Amino acid sequence: MTNEFTWKVGGAQGEGIDSTGEILATVLTRMGYYIFAYRHFMSLVKGGHTNYKIRASTTDHVYYHGDDLDMLVAFDQLSIQENEDELIEGGIILHDAKFQAQTKREGLRVCSVPLLDMAKELGNPIIKNMVAAGASAYVLDIDPSNFYEQIEQQFGKKGQELVDLNKTAFNKGYDYIKENYPDVRRPAPQATRPSKGYLLMNGNEAIGLGAVLNGCRILAAYPITPATEILYWVLANLPKYGGKVLQAEDEIAACIMAIGANYAGVRSMTSTSGPGLSLMMEALGMAGISETPLVIVDVMRGGPSTGLPTKTEQSDVNGALFGSHGETPRVVIVPTSIPDCFYQIGRAFNLAEEYQLPVIVCSDLLIGMNKMGFQDLDLSTVDIARKNIVTQEQLDALEKGAFKRYSLDTESGVSSRSIPGMKNGRYCALTNEHEETGLEIEDVPMRKAQMEKRFRKLDVLEKNINDWGFEYKGAETPDVLIVGMGSTQAQIEEATRQMDGLSWGHLQFRCLAPFPKDTQKYFQAAKKVYVIDNNYTGQLTGLIAREIGFHDKLTPVLKYDGNPFTIRDIVTAVKG
Amino acid sequence: MATMADFRYDKATWCPGCGDFSVLAALQQVCVRMGLEPEDVCCVSGIGCSGKISQHFGSYGFHSLHGRSLPTAQGIKMANQDLTVIAAGGDGDGYGIGVGHFVHACRRNVDITYIVMDNHIYGLTTGQSSPTSKKGFKTKTSPQGVAEEPIKPLELAIVSGASFVAQAFSGDLKQLQRLIEEGMKHKGFSLINVFSPCVTFNRVNTYEWFKENIVNFDEEEGYDPTNKAMALQRIAETDSVCTGILYQEQRPAFHEVVLGATEQGTVKVPLEIPNDEMQALIDQFRRA
Ligand SMILES: Cc1ncc(C[n+]2csc(CCOP(=O)(O)OP(=O)(O)O)c2C)c(N)n1
Ligand code: SF4
Repeated sequence: MTNEFTWKVGGAQGEGIDSTGEILATVLTRMGYYIFAYRHFMSLVKGGHTNYKIRASTTDHVYYHGDDLDMLVAFDQLSIQENEDELIEGGIILHDAKFQAQTKREGLRVCSVPLLDMAKELGNPIIKNMVAAGASAYVLDIDPSNFYEQIEQQFGKKGQELVDLNKTAFNKGYDYIKENYPDVRRPAPQATRPSKGYLLMNGNEAIGLGAVLNGCRILAAYPITPATEILYWVLANLPKYGGKVLQAEDEIAACIMAIGANYAGVRSMTSTSGPGLSLMMEALGMAGISETPLVIVDVMRGGPSTGLPTKTEQSDVNGALFGSHGETPRVVIVPTSIPDCFYQIGRAFNLAEEYQLPVIVCSDLLIGMNKMGFQDLDLSTVDIARKNIVTQEQLDALEKGAFKRYSLDTESGVSSRSIPGMKNGRYCALTNEHEETGLEIEDVPMRKAQMEKRFRKLDVLEKNINDWGFEYKGAETPDVLIVGMGSTQAQIEEATRQMDGLSWGHLQFRCLAPFPKDTQKYFQAAKKVYVIDNNYTGQLTGLIAREIGFHDKLTPVLKYDGNPFTIRDIVTAVKG
Repeated sequence: MATMADFRYDKATWCPGCGDFSVLAALQQVCVRMGLEPEDVCCVSGIGCSGKISQHFGSYGFHSLHGRSLPTAQGIKMANQDLTVIAAGGDGDGYGIGVGHFVHACRRNVDITYIVMDNHIYGLTTGQSSPTSKKGFKTKTSPQGVAEEPIKPLELAIVSGASFVAQAFSGDLKQLQRLIEEGMKHKGFSLINVFSPCVTFNRVNTYEWFKENIVNFDEEEGYDPTNKAMALQRIAETDSVCTGILYQEQRPAFHEVVLGATEQGTVKVPLEIPNDEMQALIDQFRRA
């Protein structure tokens, strides 16, 4: 495609791969490209192989890093081995002259550049990232002034010397390749949108930002890849708004602290990934039966157990949907993109509070840890709607001690709660079954009534889910329906651009519980349904079959190697 | 001014003679004496006979999960430091399933009063051994006698950083009250381990047994609760069968030192962020 190009840098972990990628990602965003930046890394601090890929477009937002690669910067031989298959015909490898590059592919253009040596000459081996950026800039035909501007901004505060050093390193790389490989070029298409002001953000940051703007004032969490950045961002930004961030001793404590804080009236959440979500299962029931709002963010990674901690998957979904003991009504949201993480976390807080139940937001590593450039966020969506809390006047009007926290007299299943500190609002939140004021009971009619009350919330929620719980594009009554959840949105959408001649539809789930039943009509019409499921057992496929049937039409398309779906995976599955 | 009646709620369901009655009564009396209003107190418990206390106590409460009273209580205190937060539970609850949380609550010095009704046995689940059961103690799950060494909650609390550590006995209501009151007045994490006999399942650690064996440090001349080494040594010498304020130190409470500390409870902080500041937060991500 002419409006796009892709670039990747690879090397050993600890070699400055991320910083090299970040430089280019930032410059391209400033220049007016829409980008998606993807980090491939391993669960090691040093060694192994890591890379950073950027896909840039001049015309449209990019939500996925792309199947192919135009140019690879290799800091070591392993980078070539691991990534050469992705290169297009005539693709470019720019490698460090410190090793003799070998490739099994023909028709590639291989350029040797003494990246490390030039950096060493400048007295700092780390600066090879700027040398690589310079060399890349020549190949891509990007005007060096764009980099100068960025260097000044980034290092200006630290002194002119550092600015000059970086500029020199950049120029060395640029000039070297210009002299030695003047014809090896892959000119980047001209960016046409106004260049300034674009956001560059990953899904974890979008969640953190969304949480803070939507009134979250306490985050308790335990570090785990790929969710830790949520903790970092909130920690850096929440305290100035009187919020608190606590690194708990484990996920059990983190989740329960969030419940305690919500009970006491503060919008609170916890963030984690797979193994942490498992530890929170007991607490999920506690939020459910005590009817305390709770927001859990689960950034999914490869499982089971500690599985593939640095790879992506959508395999915690069953845990989120069905996990915990007993039966707990809950909402499960799967954001479909990085900006969507921002919008859905806001929704999660409102739903948790309005319906007094746990809301689990399942993003995944693909959108959690990778960055995208986009125009802006819509602040008008920030609406801190605090609902179903009694007022002091209402409590004052009651007889002493007459407040019924778990009142059955509610059509929606939600009874208003009081907040500790409110006079005449006393109640004891209970994980045991209880009657209307909160006293423990075991009597049959009351138990039934309380169960039914809690689950009535879902009836009301179900009506509200169809507005936002899924997105649909394509023919009104498609022959072929492609279905996905959450982050597979981008690849499925791009795949449908290659479905000429097919009557296709693309249905993307954003909400899994309650299940948006309005989606039925698309299944009804379709002759064949492909469910794009980033896991081994077809968790979304199973959910659809369970909720609305259509067993005979559903073909799961599964991927569980730790990588996100490619466009090709989907096109091949659908078109054969 | 609140009265005893205000701090009562429903009829307690413990076996007649259970030590937990005294703990509830002492807590109610102390709250009245301290002039607290029921709406400003929150009593959080775990699961076990002892855990029922949050239901019977007339303040706000949370009867949480087995072993999880402390994280619940800490969440509440983080949200609203202006509340008086009491966590309560049993020895199985606090030193078995919840022992990890216990150590960390001590370290944090969260301003919570933690009352453990220690009967050396699991009551609600009808008489299994507990982490504080003495070695050799025979129960349904230890027919030949407990093989492990007991947990030592007092020492554990002290070395973990608790800033107030006391031990009381349900058979001495006056001292029990006084220690709970001191604990509640103390700024920081206070542990009050209460020997609270289970009259149904523990035939060894009875009221009589405690009365015969307890050494009261409050009456011991020269005992200095601010001396950590002395506390650890004397507790060991009595094999932990002692009462009184065993250790106390002045240290800032967690809510005073936590990043983002506020004068008033977090719950009172406004939620809306002005538009220009929202923009500034977003602008951190702008590549301009
Ligand atoms: C996760 C979990 N495991 C086990 C139980 C069962 N259980 C309830 S109370 C209890 C022991 C209570 O002993 P203790 O804390 O000493 O309190 P007591 O009843 O003696 O006051 C156990 C094991 C539970 N409720 N939850
Ligand atoms: S079983 Fe023991 S601990 Fe439980 S109420 Fe009866 S006496 Fe108290």
